[in-house]
Amino acid sequence: MSEGLMQLLDPEAIVLGSDASTNEEIIRILAGRLESLGYVKSSYADAVVRREMTIPTGLPLERADNVAVPHTDPEHVLKPGIAMGTLKKPVTFANMEDPDEKLPVGFVFLLAINDKDKQIEALQSVMATIQNPDALDGLRSARTLDDVRAVLG
Amino acid sequence: MSRQKTILFACGTGIATSTAVNVAVTEAMKKRGLTFNAQQAKATEVPGLADSVDFIVATTPISASVTKPVIKGLAFLTGIGKDKVLDEIEAQLRK
Repeated sequence: MSEGLMQLLDPEAIVLGSDASTNEEIIRILAGRLESLGYVKSSYADAVVRREMTIPTGLPLERADNVAVPHTDPEHVLKPGIAMGTLKKPVTFANMEDPDEKLPVGFVFLLAINDKDKQIEALQSVMATIQNPDALDGLRSARTLDDVRAVLG
Repeated sequence: MSRQKTILFACGTGIATSTAVNVAVTEAMKKRGLTFNAQQAKATEVPGLADSVDFIVATTPISASVTKPVIKGLAFLTGIGKDKVLDEIEAQLRK
């Protein structure tokens, strides 16, 4: 299962059923949460949006609602954190491995990472969630934080 | 006894997805009785580092100027097709 991810997600940085219609919009909503919670500098949102255009982070899961893991260089990060957004309707991200391929994305995990050696567990629990179709289905229908906790533990 | 090989793990930032892939490959190869040296880098740094490693595992596209083998590592993030990629990595390590 995806044990542990809930411990790493700031409850204030979880956005469920967002109306965002573009990848930039959902990135800016989630980055705004991380900024106001003190995880990232004000330069973070622009840096992530810019990076997504050239080095995209969509992950193809062979679903109608795939996952993206936007992030950027550590210089924009104050302390490690993760924001999560689920989308009412999927938005388009490009495929990390093949930027010419567009993917419908229903789940966004915005990563604020600044020390790879200390954040291995955080990355592993994000990946475990991504690789668990039941967890993603649970997150898609989650409407409250308790729903999210029930899925992510 | 052959020389321990070096794998260069690459991604956009050199710290996020390459870390997850590095850990996944290290654990899986340990189970297959194989160890290796690991380095991590940004995709843009790969052309300058490729000469000093045996092969590359990358989650993002790598410049075509790189002549060392490049194995796609996205399977370790998505979970799809992981075993096939692990077999490819094992084959490179056993060369």
